[in-house]
Amino acid sequence: MAARDGVFGWLYISPLMLVLVPFFVAPILVVLAASFLQSDGFGGLIASPTLQNYVDIFTSGLTLNLYVETIKFTLLTWLFSLIIGFWVAYFLVFHIRSPLLAIGLFLLCTVPFWTSNIIRMISWIPLLGKEGLINMALIKSGVVHEPLEFLLFSSFSVVVAYVHQLTIFMIVPIFNSMGRIDKRVVEAALDAGASRFDIMRLIVLPLSKNGIALGTIFVVSIVMGDFFVIKVMSGGGSASVVGALYEDVGVLQYPSAAASAVVLTIMVTLVVTAILRSVDVRKEITL
Amino acid sequence: MSTAPASKTVAGHAIAPRASGRPWTFYVLLAVFVLYVLALYGPMFCIYILSFQDVRGGLVFPMKGLSLHWFVDLFTQVRTGDVKGSFDRSVKLAVIVTVITVVVSFLAGLAFRRRFRGDGVVFYLMIGSLVAPGLVLSIGIGLLLTFIGVEARWYTSAVGAQLSWTLPFGVLVMFAVMSRFDRAWEEAAYDLGASRWQAMRLVVIPILAPGLVAVALFGFTLSYDEFARTLQTAGSLNTLPLEIWSMTLNVTSPSLYALGTVTTIISFVIIAVCLGTIGRMQKRRASRVPPL
Repeated sequence: MAARDGVFGWLYISPLMLVLVPFFVAPILVVLAASFLQSDGFGGLIASPTLQNYVDIFTSGLTLNLYVETIKFTLLTWLFSLIIGFWVAYFLVFHIRSPLLAIGLFLLCTVPFWTSNIIRMISWIPLLGKEGLINMALIKSGVVHEPLEFLLFSSFSVVVAYVHQLTIFMIVPIFNSMGRIDKRVVEAALDAGASRFDIMRLIVLPLSKNGIALGTIFVVSIVMGDFFVIKVMSGGGSASVVGALYEDVGVLQYPSAAASAVVLTIMVTLVVTAILRSVDVRKEITL
Repeated sequence: MSTAPASKTVAGHAIAPRASGRPWTFYVLLAVFVLYVLALYGPMFCIYILSFQDVRGGLVFPMKGLSLHWFVDLFTQVRTGDVKGSFDRSVKLAVIVTVITVVVSFLAGLAFRRRFRGDGVVFYLMIGSLVAPGLVLSIGIGLLLTFIGVEARWYTSAVGAQLSWTLPFGVLVMFAVMSRFDRAWEEAAYDLGASRWQAMRLVVIPILAPGLVAVALFGFTLSYDEFARTLQTAGSLNTLPLEIWSMTLNVTSPSLYALGTVTTIISFVIIAVCLGTIGRMQKRRASRVPPL
């Protein structure tokens, strides 16, 4: 039985591998290989191994700045999406009494996930712009006399766009984890004299840890891999690692782009591995 | 399910120990939730409204006139690019990707029900494919194609690139679906003399059907909006997100908003069809359960 299942297991999994090997494993290996080669300046590669591409990354203040900037945006986005996502999920699970209503409101939160990210991002322009709704309202109400410039095409609008797009990735797994918390445990804690703060600290937070971890993986990997939001929403004021990489590809500098891609991929992998080691994500999804 | 009524009464009670009404935290969190939903939908509705301006319209409020000018402009003007063609390609591409995603995720979901040699490796490859920066994969595939001398095309290389993004989602959704599938149902079919194929067709697939629709929803919408992985793999003809990307850099008229409105309507139709289908399947299933 076990042997037969092993064969069928691989038979059923082989189509997945037929996609993952040529379109994930092979490209990563190609990028890794290209990062050790030199460019001929015309989009071609010269097959003489070098470490120069990596030396360039770690000795250039400009490049290190890009990494600092990317990490800054990652942390800010993570923090805000976690805070908002946690409380939204908590509200839906513990404060909405009708399960049907809770699922309905949950779906309301998830629908925009299935619509275009780019469109959702540019939809902030009529709100945050110099002549946008928020500035108009502030001026009309006399709070400010000049329109606030920092609202659009700034670090502020980049974080707004990220949080707007990615909070859903926190809500879904945290909602899922919290939904499995046995309400009788909470009841028992109350009977034993626990305060609401104790319940949050000793029951809800530890039991939603896996959901938070899963959400963190999504948010961190998406922000670190992004170049689109930061390019449009910062108005060119900020750049990201992937943004610079895209510029490199634009001028056919594949090896330096590849080296930067390898460093970035290693960083993402380290973060994700650290999270995967602390929680069993596979169990979290399956059960 | 038997605990549902009990937990329902406890849920309100446990967090709200006071007999009278809701605790103050309820109102604070309600405000947080309402603000979140407003921030989620508010900006989107702004651009839908602004896309219906007339020829004087600009990128910000106040609304100037009311017409379909920018929708006509979108599909007739050359300067806004090949919207019709890219839209056409994006839908075809999404259909191809959806079909493959559903079939491959379904098979992988079956495989992952039991442990098999190397299942951990496959799982981590999948997670890797999910979290890898899209543009890095895109460049890798692009280089690979140059190396083996194949031209990038939206219906070949872009399909593969997008599958590396939609399949991990599809399989993760299958995990969630499978965790509620009782293997005894399948065993019962075998006991009654069903062949492997019959058990699959008459028992497994009908039971999993709503989950498969959910996988299709993910497959279609993720492909239809995919950008980074398609960028270097679509070849010379643009898909819709690539077209929108170049429009955000060049076009400063409400036709950009009109495109946003059109593409969101498509997304909403797809979402409504899928959720409606799942709902109808569940309802029919509930009505078929024989009275005990």
